[in-house]
Amino acid sequence: MIEQYYPIFVMIAGGVVFGVLMGKVNEFLGPSRPTEEKSSTYESGMEPIKTARERFSIKFYMVAMLFIIFDIEVVFLYPWAVSYKQLGIQGFVTMFVFIAVLLVGYIYVWRKGALEWD
Amino acid sequence: MSLNIADFVSSSPLMAVTATALLLILVEASRKGRPGLSFTLSMAGLFAASVFAVVNYSDEQIVFFGMLRQGWYANFLNLVFLSAAMLTVLVSKPYLERQGAHRGEYYILILFATIGMMFMAGANDLIVVFLGIELMSLCLYVLAGFFRTKDTSNESALKYFLLGAFATGFLLYGITLIYGTAGTTNLEAISKNLPTLSSQWMFMVGVGLLLTAFAFKVAAVPFHMWAPDVYEGAPTTVTAFMSTGAKAAAFATFVLLFHQVFQFTGSKVNDLIAYIAAASMVLGNVIAIAQANIKRMLAYSSIAHAGYMLSGIAAGNSEGQTGILFYLVAYTLMNVGAFGIVGLMEKVDDQNLQLDDYTGLSQQRPFLAALMAIFMFSLAGVPPFAGFFGKYYVFLSAVKADMTWLAVVGVMTSLVSAYYYLRIVVLMYFRDGKGDVAAQPAIPALVAVTSSAILLLQFGIFPSFIVNAVQKLF
Repeated sequence: MIEQYYPIFVMIAGGVVFGVLMGKVNEFLGPSRPTEEKSSTYESGMEPIKTARERFSIKFYMVAMLFIIFDIEVVFLYPWAVSYKQLGIQGFVTMFVFIAVLLVGYIYVWRKGALEWD
Repeated sequence: MSLNIADFVSSSPLMAVTATALLLILVEASRKGRPGLSFTLSMAGLFAASVFAVVNYSDEQIVFFGMLRQGWYANFLNLVFLSAAMLTVLVSKPYLERQGAHRGEYYILILFATIGMMFMAGANDLIVVFLGIELMSLCLYVLAGFFRTKDTSNESALKYFLLGAFATGFLLYGITLIYGTAGTTNLEAISKNLPTLSSQWMFMVGVGLLLTAFAFKVAAVPFHMWAPDVYEGAPTTVTAFMSTGAKAAAFATFVLLFHQVFQFTGSKVNDLIAYIAAASMVLGNVIAIAQANIKRMLAYSSIAHAGYMLSGIAAGNSEGQTGILFYLVAYTLMNVGAFGIVGLMEKVDDQNLQLDDYTGLSQQRPFLAALMAIFMFSLAGVPPFAGFFGKYYVFLSAVKADMTWLAVVGVMTSLVSAYYYLRIVVLMYFRDGKGDVAAQPAIPALVAVTSSAILLLQFGIFPSFIVNAVQKLF
């Protein structure tokens, strides 16, 4: 039973060894000349102003939640679209029901004004 | 492999509730501030689903590619869930109106939680069990915090969410280990290979993790700590639904897994369940005595009732199954009834929730006091109410399974419980006081509590009605 997992264990061990090794090699061989600019947090080129630990408006969470729901819908649509011909009419009906249910949720979200920022 | 119409017909109760829930979302989206319509529609949908459940009360069949098992067992429990939901909806409308939180979303969440419960009872695959539990729990987390501006309600929702998520972790790890050893999540396949599987320690660890998760969901000792706080803080009608529907659903899956799939009768697993049952009965009943708040008292009493029902699972015989299913019916009726009256008594801002507030209720509201007395007698297990026969059957099954000690613990702790249940009756009838309800009792809530009291009497005097229906299952 457990023998079947050996390749995975080897993979994990290899990954850990390789990752640590590369980091250490870099540390030993590369020149280290830190400046204030270099050791500051990287924020996509923006200059960091203050700590990131502060309260966010609940609207961000709302957008994040809605994004996840409709993103997962798309994730399900891809494999369905790829194997559309094999699934036939049954696959079409099933997906139609799935999208219809999501559409009900979308209408609710839209009418309740969750898609508006203000 | 193809879908056919028969699959949809045999799971029509599930389909009916789902369709109603989706319709309610659209109603809520199109007509803001019309919760009355949602109330009517949800009652209609739940009633239609109950009719379908009665019509489909027939041989079990596997539908939807081996995912669901629809038939006697699922439909018997569907009727329990649907009655719990209907009674809750009826008591909720006046309660929410008085508390100023009457919104259409409440009914949507109740319906989706009911769908989750129906999935749990009709599951034929561990993944469906997981989906059902999650659908039910997520709705209940939101419902527990339905009074958004109230601190206690928020605390209750957050506690329930955090601990519930933790229990879900146990459930998932258990499912993972069982899948790892059995190579399938299908319950029939696991049941077939049980003799070889149960000798593997990894499989047994998985079973243990499942046991932990379900013990949490039914609030059995030592996984009961969340129950009193959550039950106290949540809106009273939500507590009624949580303590009956959710508990019935957890027991439905518990029986399905530990009676029908994993047959460990007479093994150490069943001894372990017996210890959990005994601990729940003792702890729940003893701590309930010390409570001054009626919702907390009923929360501890629900821990004790989980213990009574667990002794039926520990016994592991067919009497145990009959006993649990009978008990679930009785427990649902009496607990929704008791919480329904608590909801009628409750004033805004958590007023009128102490035991002392019930003093002299029989002079002010003789009818409500009589109903409350019926529920208390039934919870205490006094004949001729259904609660008596529920206890009788589970204790009988424990004796038949050579677990006489468990039945003795059960009877002794029932005696203890009589003290705190009958104290309310004494307060209502033999003390003078100001006991009064919050407002004129509203018709829907009165209909709900009266019909549960009538059904309790009926199933108490003619228990054979339920027993025959249940014994057909096995």
